[in-house]
Amino acid sequence: MAGAPLPPSNGGTSWSRLKTPLLLPTWAMIGVFLLIPVLLMAVYSFLTKEFRGGVIWDFTLAAYDQFFFNRGLFGDEPPVIEWTYISIFWRSIWQAGLATVACLLVGFPTAWFIATRPPSQRSVWLFLITIPYWVNLLIRTVSLKFLIRDNGPLNEFLMGLGVITDPLPLVNTNLAVQLGLFYSYLPFMVLPIYAAVERYNFALSEAAADLYAPRWTILREVVLPVVKPGIVAGCLLVFVPSLGAFLAPDLLGGAKTYMIGSLIDEQFKGSQGNWPFGAAVAVVLMTLVLIALFLQARAAAKGARE
Amino acid sequence: MKGVRHYPGFLGITIACLVVLYAPLIVVTIYSFNDSNSITAWGGFSWRWYVDVFTGPEAERFGAAAWNSITIALIAATASTAIAVAAALAMIRGGRFRGKSATYALINLPLLVPEIVTAVATLIFFSAIGLTTGYLTILIAHITFCIPFAYLPIAARLSGIEETYEQAARDLYATRAQAFWLILLPLLMPGVISGYLLAFIISLDDFIITNFVKGAGMETLPTAIFGSVKQGIKPNIMAISTLMLAVSVLFVTLSYFVNRIGQKTRT
Amino acid sequence: MKRLFTTAAAFALMAGAAQAEGKLSVYHWFEYIPQELVDKFEAETGIEVTIDTYDSNESMLASLKAGKLGQYDVAVPADFMVKIMGDEGMLDTFTPEEMTNLGNIAPQWLDVPFDQGRKSSIPYQWGSTSFSVNRDVYPGDISSLSILFNPPEELKGKINVLDSQNEVLILGSLYLGIPQCSTDREQLKALNDMLLAAKPSWASFGSDTAKEVLVSGDAAAGMIYNGFSAKARAEGANVEYSYPKEGHVLWMDNMVLLKDAPNRENAIKFMNFLLVPENAAAVTNYAAYSSGVTGVEPFLDDAIKNSPENNPPAGITPGVFAQACDAETQKFYDAIWTNLKK
Repeated sequence: MAGAPLPPSNGGTSWSRLKTPLLLPTWAMIGVFLLIPVLLMAVYSFLTKEFRGGVIWDFTLAAYDQFFFNRGLFGDEPPVIEWTYISIFWRSIWQAGLATVACLLVGFPTAWFIATRPPSQRSVWLFLITIPYWVNLLIRTVSLKFLIRDNGPLNEFLMGLGVITDPLPLVNTNLAVQLGLFYSYLPFMVLPIYAAVERYNFALSEAAADLYAPRWTILREVVLPVVKPGIVAGCLLVFVPSLGAFLAPDLLGGAKTYMIGSLIDEQFKGSQGNWPFGAAVAVVLMTLVLIALFLQARAAAKGARE
Repeated sequence: MKGVRHYPGFLGITIACLVVLYAPLIVVTIYSFNDSNSITAWGGFSWRWYVDVFTGPEAERFGAAAWNSITIALIAATASTAIAVAAALAMIRGGRFRGKSATYALINLPLLVPEIVTAVATLIFFSAIGLTTGYLTILIAHITFCIPFAYLPIAARLSGIEETYEQAARDLYATRAQAFWLILLPLLMPGVISGYLLAFIISLDDFIITNFVKGAGMETLPTAIFGSVKQGIKPNIMAISTLMLAVSVLFVTLSYFVNRIGQKTRT
Repeated sequence: MKRLFTTAAAFALMAGAAQAEGKLSVYHWFEYIPQELVDKFEAETGIEVTIDTYDSNESMLASLKAGKLGQYDVAVPADFMVKIMGDEGMLDTFTPEEMTNLGNIAPQWLDVPFDQGRKSSIPYQWGSTSFSVNRDVYPGDISSLSILFNPPEELKGKINVLDSQNEVLILGSLYLGIPQCSTDREQLKALNDMLLAAKPSWASFGSDTAKEVLVSGDAAAGMIYNGFSAKARAEGANVEYSYPKEGHVLWMDNMVLLKDAPNRENAIKFMNFLLVPENAAAVTNYAAYSSGVTGVEPFLDDAIKNSPENNPPAGITPGVFAQACDAETQKFYDAIWTNLKK
């Protein structure tokens, strides 16, 4: 395709001359209504905290100092590295990562199944996946908790079947949090992958099958590279929101430990009222994700060139 | 032919996936008919919460909240999908240009910023520029944070469509607009639908940001539901949720039949 | 698209117009005032009431600080938050001549530490925070806070505590017998260590779910507000609310007159309205806590009037209000809470 002569009218790629007007709405909306406020927040992370919320316009690194250094309960011991927040980050990243893998393992086959239905049925399947999300997340999570509690329907069902003799303790465990995150974000994996697979040209698979490639090899070697943009999009849409999620950890996990989301929330809405610190935690989080995004985009570009 | 499209177990996983998605909703529906005040202990069958939703003292408020939620979600999903389609055309079809990575980061920014930070920062910004909080501010905030949810599926789809289709149309003297509306957009449609649906459910579910940028007297369903902390969730919330489900099912059924009629007339 | 924005702008204008003549803008907890009472006020005065809601004292403070002050006439902060808002200059004051029903406030709620002589606030509802135990699971003695902080074997791993720094740390301090806002290092260290040792016995932290977990059986004991516990009992859980011998937390939600209130006169009318015993009783019947107004008894439902949660037995240790510590001291308590949740 690269060598195909382009019609002269095109001037390179077809939409390149229009890219400024096409991007203008995005720049305007996000640039004005999000970037400016977020930059303001980034500035806040370097200001002095006002007691009980708010900021005083005096420059300080106190928020970052609190994040990275531990000076003891009374703040007068020699500073050592503070592991509290790093471990909260690690815990959140780990859980978001597991939720993403779970969503991918279930989401990909589901998306594939939908994409191989007759065209007239496909949008119905998509709606079937999204209908549950008309019910508020809080209500869905509360109901999920109802199902999995010790004397809840799931345990009674399993005990009735004789699979288990004692109820599985699920509520207030990490497994429940995983289930909650999986449940919160599944369509965000299914839909982008569906959009990519639907476009997949099955003649490629047939050609491979004609060459006696086993089916799972075809999936791995032929299909995956082609639908990768959809998978990457899905993973982003599940992983990043999961990082900041706090409903599933709080309601299903028992909120015994902070997650990134609840840690930041506490600084603005909780009794600690430490806006600069909340802003600093957010800045660290955004920096980490931006670096990851940048690396992923570079790898993708490198992959495309090869 | 069939072999390469079908993998063993995929149907099973899809069904399992639907069971997981719908099982909690069965709980919601059952407890909306609970006669007692509890959402965990069963007290017999009753329609009282549905009566309460329509005629109770708070009927007006919940009605307004549901109306606000649905209209905001529709408008925000439509606007953000349109913005996302335009952005995807420029990003995927626009070649290399200066500031492309920065624009990519900008598009994804709403995803990266923790919601509470967006909420507080946006409210401070709105106050600073003197914008009164209300319907409009909720709408602006929703359109903004919906953009990446619409963009990512659309861009993923667009990057899978070869440029040859549009080029062929252009070679046949189609204008750029014709090539877009008649060739590219239909090919893009699964991505557009996916993006639209994701933007819609994200907007419909948002609590944290809405709670900060809404003004006096403005309520959406999530803010109304999350607010019920002092008294605990009552079955009337379950009744409202069930009604929302009913509306969505109605919506889907209608679109299915409209779709079928459309296909019949085409053939 | 243009039309869409015009419509949206019209909506925004409508929202803005809520501050004109004959209006009242209330910032309130959700489901904390019966709609019938609001309707009654509107019918009596012709004033149109709009209610905006929040989900915690702190998020109300945050959104007022972020720019919403000047949009609302009244809000309903808890005791310590009244003090904080007063110190921050976010409250307006009224005179006894304006607040004609000031005399209806029960004498013990008139001179409160968070608003001496009631210059900016009136009582809304008050109650207590301690804990409840499911008597089917644990029939033993529940007169001590050790149920929470050093629980008997039957209750280990079945306890829910409120996800609220203030309440947990104050009850912990009461248990150890140390004062609030202590700056004594030994005491703070002891509090920190005691909480860390108790945490493994707890199943979950949750405020909004405090009632639910008791009704469903997810927890067999839980830190809880008295009215909330009464509701759990009404929903069929065999729970008993304890007034522990070490003491308990008292709290009072108050309606305050906000600074820069757009409809100050109507706000005063509304506050006077809420001080009428019949109206105060209507709030209590709805919320199941206690009002701070004299003469409400004839209007109360029997179940509320006689509930064991609202009528502590004679001779119990009196409750304490949360104190608003100064910034330096609060730091230590913040650190203890972060330690507990890390």
